[in-house]
Amino acid sequence: MSYFLAVWEIFLKDLRSERRSREMLSSMLVFVLLAVVIFIFSFELNANLQKEAFAGTLWVSLCFAGTLGLARSFGLERENNALAGLLMSPLDRSAIYFGKALANWVFMLLLSILLVPTAGFFFNLNPFHWVLLGVILLGTLGYSLCGTFLSAITARLHNRELFLPILLFPVIIPLLIAAIRATGAVLGGGVVGELGTWLLMLAGYDILFIAIGLMLFDTVISD
Amino acid sequence: MNKRSFPRLLLAFDLLAGICLVVATWMALVYAPREISMGDVQRLFYFHVATAWTGMLGYFLAVIAGIAFLRTRRFFWDVASLAGVEIGLVFTALCVISGSIWARPIWNTWWTWDPRLTTAFIMELIYAAYLLLRRGVEDPNQRARFSAVYAIIGFITVPLTFFSIRIFRTIHPVIFGSASAMGTGLFEMSPRMLQTFLFSLFTFTVLFISFYWHRLRLGLREQDRDERLARQAQLEEEE
Amino acid sequence: MSAVIQAVEIGKYFGSKKALKGLSFAAQAGETVALMGMNGAGKTTLINILATLLSADEGEVKYFGQPFKGNETEIRRRLGLVSHQLLLYADLTVEENLRFYTRLYTLPNAEQRIGEVVDLVGLARQRNQVLHTLSRGMQQRLAIGRALLHDPAILLLDEPFTGLDQFMVGRMLDLLQNIAGQEKTIIMASHNFKEVAALATHVLFLHRGACVDAFTVAGIDERSLADRYQKMASRGES
Repeated sequence: MSYFLAVWEIFLKDLRSERRSREMLSSMLVFVLLAVVIFIFSFELNANLQKEAFAGTLWVSLCFAGTLGLARSFGLERENNALAGLLMSPLDRSAIYFGKALANWVFMLLLSILLVPTAGFFFNLNPFHWVLLGVILLGTLGYSLCGTFLSAITARLHNRELFLPILLFPVIIPLLIAAIRATGAVLGGGVVGELGTWLLMLAGYDILFIAIGLMLFDTVISD
Repeated sequence: MNKRSFPRLLLAFDLLAGICLVVATWMALVYAPREISMGDVQRLFYFHVATAWTGMLGYFLAVIAGIAFLRTRRFFWDVASLAGVEIGLVFTALCVISGSIWARPIWNTWWTWDPRLTTAFIMELIYAAYLLLRRGVEDPNQRARFSAVYAIIGFITVPLTFFSIRIFRTIHPVIFGSASAMGTGLFEMSPRMLQTFLFSLFTFTVLFISFYWHRLRLGLREQDRDERLARQAQLEEEE
Repeated sequence: MSAVIQAVEIGKYFGSKKALKGLSFAAQAGETVALMGMNGAGKTTLINILATLLSADEGEVKYFGQPFKGNETEIRRRLGLVSHQLLLYADLTVEENLRFYTRLYTLPNAEQRIGEVVDLVGLARQRNQVLHTLSRGMQQRLAIGRALLHDPAILLLDEPFTGLDQFMVGRMLDLLQNIAGQEKTIIMASHNFKEVAALATHVLFLHRGACVDAFTVAGIDERSLADRYQKMASRGES
């Protein structure tokens, strides 16, 4: 039980820090909107932007903006070497991983709350489907799980900002494909039955990284 | 393995590799018959699949070595892992390039979104990320640990990537028609073709072993040298 | 009498570079052991190993007679670290920082404990101030407070008085002397002869990763300590 409490405490601590400083979330929000706008400019600016482009624009923008949040996640622990405090405490180290991944997930969801209606507005379609919420929940969770894990590695490096996207993007591709296709399927661009496959793939990816976190996080964070 | 003298077995492998390569080339260009629908460009196929195989073999070895390092913390495994990635990187690059050259005259495009080829390309990106990661870590212990973990993560996601692209392609057949003509056996292989194909696989495997062994030796010697230098520096300090 | 903390033949390498080799020492309850040495001698590395932040390549550390492996949770409960880095969160208040740690260590009577610690380090009036708005000295005091929160039996200090003015150092020395009096064991890495002379019961001189001298310092004054250190350092140079 104390394991889950530890996860919860770390989760709350990350949220509390951000609420007080507010520096990261606002940057992420601005970044994500800029990304959408830039994407839109790359398409033909006719009245009916392709529906297919909606899904891609949405997820790629989230991916890019997400790296800001991930970088900050362990940046918090680097400052004043707060990580050492966590490592010396009697908690299981994977709790650090899950607490932070949860916090990053919340930030990604906050981004989505802004991004989805905005993109819907520009693409002139109604994005408010229950199933789309599910896709976003699963997709951002996977991104957060994978990203938090890799940022634990890159946070210790010299050029950390450079490395995170390089390490993250090749490995996040299956998640990205599934999320984009699922989003497209929900909004009517896809074949019936396809949605189930993609949702399964998203869930599978999430479970995979939960397992990886449990098994390998200690190796990565302990010297 | 005496690291100072050149092992006889390795020399034998090198010679074998050289000979096989010559033979395999002759087989692919002359011995094998001309394929009816695709013409001479199909001959690339023999080497293309072989390089795909060795590319994956390299990664597989890298991951096994990575796991071994995490278990034993012996740096031999770190060198073995790096060697696997480097050799795999080269063969995968050859695979992607040969695949592209093959595609051009047949489907009139430099790139088809064939799941296998696309996955190979993404694997190449993971290799590159691995090598860049190593560059960015100073402490050898950290470097070995992080590399091993990243290799494992990459390895697990590669099949996922392959399946997502494949599912995507099945549901949305892309412009280039029935995708996997690039796979094996979609065209009937005559006995001579089969022989050439199998011999190519064998040749490239021998070539791989040769290169890998050389790379491993090189890495181990580098390690020895670093240790010697460090010990020397320490002795000098103490005087 | 079993040692509270015992390092046995510790070796640590960064790649091929040797940071520590054959380092052994033991500390009993109530002792304050000072680790002194030039930069690069291995003091911080040793403290980090003792704090379980770094794993040794050779040898082992025993706590209360137990090996670390298999007893991690118990042992970590009884360790505290004050380093020149704060180990705290800049955007949280004094109270929030402490409360977070009470939760991590699952301390009973958390609020009471927070109150005690805040009074102990003299930050009662700054309870609701965000960390980064405090002066360096106050921040360091909070760091000391955080380390004492769970009442550790072993306190590890790595240049803990960096950035503090003389008055504050004096105050913190008093605090630590009180703690030492409570049968706690303190291991401190320091450059400062005055602080070591004031607190330590034993001193270890480290040079290039090895222990080159170890002695008790009952009643030693700062000057003699400094002289002895100079002799050791010049022997090391030649």
